[in-house]
Amino acid sequence: MLEQIIFYAFSALVVAAGAMVITLRNPVHAVLCLVVAFFASAGLWMLLEAEFLAITLVLVYVGAVMVLFMFVVMMLDINLAVLREGFAGYVPVALVFAVLMMVSIALVVGPKHFGLALFAAPLPHAADYNNTLALGRSLFAQFLLPFEAAAVVLLVAIIAAIALTLRPSRQTKAPKPERQVQVRRADRVRLVKDMDAEGTP
Amino acid sequence: MISLSHYLIVGAALFCLSVAGIFINRKNVIVLLMCIELMLLAVNLNFIAFSHFNQDIAGQVFVFFILTVAAAESAIGLAILVVLFRNRRSINVEDLDTLRG
Amino acid sequence: MKELCLYIVLAPLLGALLAGLGGRAVGRAGSHWVTILGVGISFALSVVVFSRVVLGHEPPLNVNLYTWLGAGGVDFHVGFLIDQLTATMMVVVTFVSWMVHIYTVGYMHDDPGYQRFFSYIALFTFSMLMLVMANNFLQLFFGWEAVGVVSYLLIGFWYQRDTAIYANLKAFLVNRVGDFGFLLGIAAVLMSCGTLDYAAVFAKAPSLAETTITLWSGHPWSLMTVTCVLLFVGAMGKSAQVPLHVWLPDSMEGPTPISALIHAATMVTAGIFMVARMSPLFELSTTALSVVLVIGGITAFFMGLLALVQNDIKRVVAYSTLSQLGYMTAALGASAYSAAIFHLMTHAFFKALLFLAAGSVIIGMHHEQDMRKMGGLRKYLPITWLTSLVGSLALIGFPGTAGFFSKDAIIEAVKLSHTPGAAIGYAACLVSVFVTALYTFRLVFLVFHGQERMDHHTQEHLHESPAVVWVPLVALAIPSLVIGAIGVGPIIFGDYFGGSIFLNAAHLEANTELAGEFHGVTAIILHGLLQPPFWLAMAGVATAWLCYLKQPSIPARVGSALAPLRRILEAKYGFDTFNAWFFAGGARGVGWLLWRAGDVGLIDGVIVNGSARLVGWWSQVLRGLQSGYLYHYAFAMILGLLALLAVFVHKMPA
Repeated sequence: MLEQIIFYAFSALVVAAGAMVITLRNPVHAVLCLVVAFFASAGLWMLLEAEFLAITLVLVYVGAVMVLFMFVVMMLDINLAVLREGFAGYVPVALVFAVLMMVSIALVVGPKHFGLALFAAPLPHAADYNNTLALGRSLFAQFLLPFEAAAVVLLVAIIAAIALTLRPSRQTKAPKPERQVQVRRADRVRLVKDMDAEGTP
Repeated sequence: MISLSHYLIVGAALFCLSVAGIFINRKNVIVLLMCIELMLLAVNLNFIAFSHFNQDIAGQVFVFFILTVAAAESAIGLAILVVLFRNRRSINVEDLDTLRG
Repeated sequence: MKELCLYIVLAPLLGALLAGLGGRAVGRAGSHWVTILGVGISFALSVVVFSRVVLGHEPPLNVNLYTWLGAGGVDFHVGFLIDQLTATMMVVVTFVSWMVHIYTVGYMHDDPGYQRFFSYIALFTFSMLMLVMANNFLQLFFGWEAVGVVSYLLIGFWYQRDTAIYANLKAFLVNRVGDFGFLLGIAAVLMSCGTLDYAAVFAKAPSLAETTITLWSGHPWSLMTVTCVLLFVGAMGKSAQVPLHVWLPDSMEGPTPISALIHAATMVTAGIFMVARMSPLFELSTTALSVVLVIGGITAFFMGLLALVQNDIKRVVAYSTLSQLGYMTAALGASAYSAAIFHLMTHAFFKALLFLAAGSVIIGMHHEQDMRKMGGLRKYLPITWLTSLVGSLALIGFPGTAGFFSKDAIIEAVKLSHTPGAAIGYAACLVSVFVTALYTFRLVFLVFHGQERMDHHTQEHLHESPAVVWVPLVALAIPSLVIGAIGVGPIIFGDYFGGSIFLNAAHLEANTELAGEFHGVTAIILHGLLQPPFWLAMAGVATAWLCYLKQPSIPARVGSALAPLRRILEAKYGFDTFNAWFFAGGARGVGWLLWRAGDVGLIDGVIVNGSARLVGWWSQVLRGLQSGYLYHYAFAMILGLLALLAVFVHKMPA
C-alpha cells in the first residue's frame, strides 16, 4: 500500500513537473521544474531498487547539468516575447500528436502485455544487498570497454565545449606555425644600396 | 501491486509530454534541449523498470551510459548555444536556417 | 625434298627481313641484292622441284613440318603438299617474281621507299609460296591473308597520295567480303570433315556428297554446294570476279611492278589456284560449278568491254586482267581445271610482260599514263614495242603464242561442258575474244603507232629504258611465245597434273572428248585458223586498226551514237556508285542511326545524362524537404516514431 502511494505520488509529480517544463513562459522556471522532475524520478528509481543511479541522477544531473542549464539561461539575454510567438497556435497540434502517441504506446505497453501476470514483481532484495557493488561489478567486468568508450566521449565533450566557447584573447602572444613556414626572404630582409651624397653607389 | 506496465505508462506519459513540448516550444532552443532531457529521463525510467522486473543489472548499466552521453550532449549543446548566441544575438530556431537545401 | 621446299619458302622471307629491317646496314643496293638473291634461290630450287615432281614423276610430297596448335582434338599444321599443280605454281610465281625484282631496280630507281619496296615484294613471294605449297586450309588461309596484306601495303605504297590510300582501303575492304565467305567455307569444311588437312578432307568429301544442311528452316541445302559457293566467294574476292572486282582497277595506284606481279600474274590467280586445288570438293556440286562458270563468263565479257573506254594505259591492262581471270574462272566452272591453270600460267607470263612494258612506257613518258598523250612510241622504245606486241598477240590468242593454246582450250572446254549455264559462258567467252583483240590493239595502236601526241619536252627526252628494265621484258616475252606450244600437249591432252586434280566421271568423259583431238602442236595451230575465235580476234584487230589508225574519228562518232552505252561503260556499270550508295551509304546511315539513337539517345541521353538528370531531379525534390528548420526535422522524427508504433500496435498479439 505504501509502495503504491509512493509510486502514484512521485508519478504525479513527474508528470506535472514535465507539463510545467513545456508550458512555463520563463525558461528559469522551466529549468526549476525540470529539477523537480528529476528529483521525482529519482524517487521512482529508488522504488525500483536502483539506488546508485537515483543518487547519481540527483548529484550529477541536478547538481551539475541542471546548474549548467541555469547558468546559460540566466547568462543569455533572451528576448522571450519573440520566442513565445505562435505558442498557442501549436498547442492543438501538439495535443493531437501527444494523445495519439500516448494512446498507441499505452496499447503496446498496457497491462495486457506487461502486467503482473507476465512480469511478476520480484521479491525485494535482502537488506545487505549492495546495488552499487552489483553495478560496479557489471560495469568494470562485463562492460569495461563501453565504459572506457564513455570516458573518451566525456573527454571529447569537454574538449569540444572548451574549443567551441574559447575566445582567443588579444593579449596572448603565441607563435603561428603556418605563417612561420610560409615566410620568404623578401619579408625579412630588404637590400638597400649604399650610396654616397651624389647618389652614386 | 505496481506492475511493470505502470512504470512504462509513466515513461510514456513523460515521453509524450516532451514530444508535445518540442512542438509548442519550437522556437526556443533551450526549452528544446530541456525536452530532450525529459525524453531521456523517460527512456531511463523504462530501462530501470525493465531491469528491475527482469532482475538484470545490465539495464542499469545502460542507464549509466545514457546519463554519460546525455551529460556530454547537453554540455556540447549548451556550448553551441552560447557560441550561437554570441554570433547571432538570438536563439530563435527560425533564424537558424543556414543549412536549408 | 622437304628441306628443299623449306629453303624455297624461307629464302625470300630472309631477303624480305634483311631488306626491311636491315636499314642503312643493308642499304639500297644491298636490299635489292639480298631480295633478288633470295627469290633467285627460290626460283632455282623451284625448278629443281618441278623437274623432280613433274618431269621425274616423283610421287607427291605431303608432309607436316610443325604443329602450329591443337584445339579440341583438331591439330593445325604447317606443312607442304608438293604435287604437279603446286610445282607449276611455284615455278610461275618465283619466275615472275624474280623478273619483277630485277625490273624494279630500274623502275623504282629514284624512289625514297626503295628498300621498303623490295622488302614488301620479297615478303609477297614468301606469302604466295606459303599459299600454294600449303597442305591444309589454315595455312592456305594464312598465305591468302598474307598476300592480301602485302597487296594492301603495296597499293598504298605511295602513301602521300590520297588516291592510293583510298585504293588500298578499298582493296582491303572488298577482300574482307570475299575472305569472310572463304572463312565460312573453311569453317564449313572443318564442321563437316573435322579436319583441315587437304588429303583427309578430299578423302572424306565423297561420302558427304549427299549430305544436306538446313541454313534456315524448311530449306535443306546440299552441304557441298554451300561449302563450295562459300569458298568460291573467297576466290571471287581475291581473283576479282563480278561483283567483287571493284578493287582491282583501283589497285593500279600501286607501282607498276606490283601491278604486274601481284595484280596480274600471281596473287589474283590465287582464287583460281584455290578452286583448282579444291577440285575434289567442287566436282561434287554441279550447282557450285554452274555458279563459277556463269560468274566467270560474266566477268570475262563485261570487264573486257570496260577496257574499251579506259584511257589510262595501266587501267586497260587491269581490265584485261579481270577479263582473263573471268576466262580462267569459266574454265574452272566447266571442270577444265587444267585449262584454267594452263591459262593462269601463260597469262602470268604475258600479262606480267604487258604490265612491265606499260611500266617501261610510263618511265619513258615521265610517269604520264594517259594514252591520249602518247602515240608513235615505236621508234623511241623499240624493245618495249616488240615485247608488248608479243604480249598483246599472246593476249588475243594469236595462233602459236602462249595465249592461243590456253584460251582455245578454255573456249573448247566451255563449249563441250554440260554444266548448266555453259551456253552463257561459251557465248560470253567467244564474244570476249573479239573484245580482247579490240582493246588490246587499241592500246598498241594508241601507244606505239600513229600520231605523236605527247608534248615537246617529253618528246625530247624519250629513249629506251635501261637494261634492268628491258631484260625482264625479253625474259618474259620468250615464255609468252613458247610456253603454250610446250605446255599444251602434256597439260591439256596429257596427264600432266596426275592426281592433283580430280574429275568426276561425267566431266572426265568430256575432258577425254577434248583430249581426243590432239595431233600435235602444228595441227592445233592449223585447226585454230579455221575456228571462230581466230577470226573474231582478227576482226578485233582489224576494227582496232580501222578505228584508231585509219579513221581516228570513228570512236568519237560511235561514242556519240551510243551515248547511253558509253555512259554505262564509263560509269563501270555503276558498281562503284552502287557500293558507295548502298554499302558505304547504308553503313553510314546505320552508323548515323546508331549514333543518334544508340549513343546520343540511349547511352548519353538515358544512361549517362539521364541518370545524372534523375539524380538531379530527385535531389531537387529532396532539397525542398531540407528546410533547415530544426522543428521540421524533429517533426519528421516523430512521424517516423508514430509509424513505428503503428507497426507495433498492428503486430501486437491479440
